[in-house]
Amino acid sequence: MTNPMIKPGPMICPFCGPRDASEFRYGGDPSVARPGFGCSDADWAGYLYVRENPRGLAREYWVHSQGCGQWLVAERDTVTHLVLRVTEATP
Amino acid sequence: MTGPSRIGGSAGESLPFAFAGRRLQGKAGDSIASALLANGIVTIGRSFKYRRPRGILSAGEDEPNAIVDVTLDGVRVPNVRATTQALQAGMEISPVLGRGAAFLTRVLSPFIASGFYYKTFLWPHWHLFEPAIRRMAGLGRVDPASRMTAAAGGSLSVDLCVVGGGRSGLCAAITGARRGQKVLLVDRQDSLGGSSLWRGEGCADLVAEVQALGAMVWTGATAFGAYENGRLGVHRQGEGLASGGSLWVVQTGEVVLATGAMERPLLFERNDLPGVMLADAALHYLRRHGVLCGSRPVIATNNDSAYPVALALAGAGAQVMVVDSRPASARSKAVNGVRVITGACIARALGRGRVSAVELDSGQRIACDLLAVSGGWTPTLHLCCQAGGKAVWDEDRVILVPAFPVPWISLTGRVAGDWAAPDDLPWEWAVAPEIPSSGATRKIWVDLQNDVTLGDVELAARENFTSVEHLKRYTTLGMATDQGKSANLLGAAAMAQATGRRATDLGLTTYRPPYAPVPMAALAGLSRGALQSPLRRLAAEPAHRAMGAHFRDYGGLLRPAFYGTDESSIAAECIAARQGAVVFDASSLGKVAVMGPRAGELLDFLFAGRMSNLAPGRVRYGLTLNEAGIVTDDGVVLCLGPEHFLVSCSSSHVGGFVASAEEWRQTRFGRDQVFIHDRTAQWATMSLSGPTSKAVLAGLGMVATLDDQAFPHMSFVMGQFMGKPARVARVSFTGERGYEISVPSGLAVPLWQALIAAGAAPLGIEALGWLRAEKGFLYVGQDTDGETMPHDLGFDAPRLKRKQGFVGDRALQLPVAGDAERKQLVGLARADGGLIPTGAHLVEGSPRRSIGFVTSSHLSPTLGRGIALALVEGGRARIGAEATWFDLGQTGRATVTPACAYDPEGGRLHV
Ligand SMILES: [Zn+2]
Repeated sequence: MTNPMIKPGPMICPFCGPRDASEFRYGGDPSVARPGFGCSDADWAGYLYVRENPRGLAREYWVHSQGCGQWLVAERDTVTHLVLRVTEATP
Repeated sequence: MTGPSRIGGSAGESLPFAFAGRRLQGKAGDSIASALLANGIVTIGRSFKYRRPRGILSAGEDEPNAIVDVTLDGVRVPNVRATTQALQAGMEISPVLGRGAAFLTRVLSPFIASGFYYKTFLWPHWHLFEPAIRRMAGLGRVDPASRMTAAAGGSLSVDLCVVGGGRSGLCAAITGARRGQKVLLVDRQDSLGGSSLWRGEGCADLVAEVQALGAMVWTGATAFGAYENGRLGVHRQGEGLASGGSLWVVQTGEVVLATGAMERPLLFERNDLPGVMLADAALHYLRRHGVLCGSRPVIATNNDSAYPVALALAGAGAQVMVVDSRPASARSKAVNGVRVITGACIARALGRGRVSAVELDSGQRIACDLLAVSGGWTPTLHLCCQAGGKAVWDEDRVILVPAFPVPWISLTGRVAGDWAAPDDLPWEWAVAPEIPSSGATRKIWVDLQNDVTLGDVELAARENFTSVEHLKRYTTLGMATDQGKSANLLGAAAMAQATGRRATDLGLTTYRPPYAPVPMAALAGLSRGALQSPLRRLAAEPAHRAMGAHFRDYGGLLRPAFYGTDESSIAAECIAARQGAVVFDASSLGKVAVMGPRAGELLDFLFAGRMSNLAPGRVRYGLTLNEAGIVTDDGVVLCLGPEHFLVSCSSSHVGGFVASAEEWRQTRFGRDQVFIHDRTAQWATMSLSGPTSKAVLAGLGMVATLDDQAFPHMSFVMGQFMGKPARVARVSFTGERGYEISVPSGLAVPLWQALIAAGAAPLGIEALGWLRAEKGFLYVGQDTDGETMPHDLGFDAPRLKRKQGFVGDRALQLPVAGDAERKQLVGLARADGGLIPTGAHLVEGSPRRSIGFVTSSHLSPTLGRGIALALVEGGRARIGAEATWFDLGQTGRATVTPACAYDPEGGRLHV
């Protein structure tokens, strides 16, 4: 319970407003940076397969796949499943 | 001994129905259970394991016994809970007879103890016994011909969802609505008011206020599951028996549970006799349905909540005797007209097939026709616990409470342990469960639906299955369709007693959705039959049908497989393609526009090959990879003009390509400089192919010139068809000269007809598959697998030239990519020209080891022999060598060949 004042609710797409959670698809961890071509084999393998599994606050890519199609960054609590903030994804 | 009967007024429409073949009358407003009781029927069915006669215990979804099969208007619905299903005229109701272990009990033992199956059928193997035991298991009979209907459900978002429409729930809904919240009130009964409908005078004033405030009210609806982030699963009953109702996902901002509490039975010998009923249920049937469940009831209790029941039954004319296990109290002395014995417990129920008397622990016997019991109350915490609340026993408040607060769920009323006294006397309703000292007789039932006795619990304890989770799995306690609503807490308390622990040490098993059974029809909703996986269809489908096309489902798309009555026409279509001209409806091929200043840059990143230097009017083939370097699709890119490209990906990969392209666009390139637009459905595409295709196309006069110098292979020109723009590209799927003609999809039929009229023969997707296999043109996903990299297919440049700047570039430099034993795409040929089965393995060594497998295999009409494509370890180095194939026990020899078996020089493209 990161913040008991925050209530559950529909995912709020910055483009479409509150929408049902089933319209969104998880898109991975935005903090994983794509290594350059000169990286080591281990770096590339890490980029492909190694992920954090945070307990509590997580930043996640979500796609409004059944809506506007935009890639979003959601701040979500993996314990309570509450979505705290959603912003548009930028490069 | 009169038993139950209807004493209420004659109001209400009469509803004829049948039970076990007997013609009976019920009344509008009856449940199946109340209608049966009104007709004096006490025994409803036979128990699951021991086939003991059982009666109605409760008046709600906690009912363990009264499960029936119901047929109405030709639809048979199995395992209907008689206490919650409304009676309808014409229902044919059959008891559900537990098939039980009757033969086993005859030959082996009168009772089957915990773990019986585990112990008895261990040797030689459980699977020898399983079929016979499975046949004995189960409850009602499913009629496969009966189909329940379902309505469309959906999703709904509200600020506040109140579960339970009794007094507390109504008050919570009013509070929320007054605060301006969007409120949904869900109640399983058909009227609001909850237990006040039989314990009080109803809540008409509160109901009116809820309605005036505009709260949404769903009656006949059960919130069956609490899911993450404040979502509830809600099942709304449909109209009538045959309707499975509808399924709703309700996104809430907060949830108030006003779900009340469920009365617990008491444990005593033969407590499963028909005629033993929860005290609250007896009051329910009296007040809601005018049914007095017994004229001489004994009411056995360990708390005060049974006293209003005693007074109500007495007021209805019954001769009531209360047996209270506690010492005399102000309340026990204040019940006029009712005899009370205090400090006494029921030792056993007596009677043949139904209760006719009780024996107290003092040995005193009392004749009765109803034994109404109250063993205390268990708050209905299911939704809170599903959301992580975890129920624990509170010793001080002597009630079950959530151990952890769930931030978005609050409790009100009886579920929160709050039950206002009906008068000025002390009101002791929250009490601990009482467990008899020993269940050695084994005829004290804890779980009525799964036939688990107190003796079973004690046996489990002796055999060291002492946690509640082990108890559940070893004895099946709580695993029946009632999910142990009346049994779980008693089972845990019995285990605590048997192991000398306190109830607080044990807790309860995990609560899981659904709270009450949800019909499969509701879960399926409208997603069945043609709507289960709706087919996409071609714009020119009528024209194909007119030519005798045989349609098949290709990845959700209905396409012509071949033209004719059987597959023999496939070979003829292939020969027409090699000798004349054929037309194939390729409208489902992707047409994804990529536009903007950075369009070329994005395409260079998406394809394992450069696209940005394509000149307008030119076409280039390419592969797409994922970041692991694995081939995900192939396709061609057309350069329509500066900063404007069209990607023609495979039909089944359009969605995947667009999703991947959008991901990279939005997360790497930005939204401002490049745009993606899927135009696949807007354009119909007919692929014209064959040595005479040029002449056929010339007849249509669509483009200014077909001269091969001006219009070479892998280029396109714009023309006109019926006054609309047409795009004609020189590409080939067959290895022959080919033209791909795209027009607005509204012109699909006329374009198809014009090409046929000009002399092209129709070509189905099956023949196309043969033709491309002859050429070694691969289908990504069929001739590749989850390990295939470009160089495995012969596209060596990306890896060898260490190209960079595209998806998967670095993965092609990993050691695994350079392994000489990678599976590579090659061809296979048998010396006798025969067919090698698709899926056959190539094997070598002893013991035999698979070195690859056949991905495509056809009898080539063009070459007059079998051809095959295969992924084989180090395949290209094996070209010319012999290999052994193995399929379902058959083996044979074949020669490894290049993938392309026909026209390897590509001269046919220019014929
Ligand atoms: Zn959106």
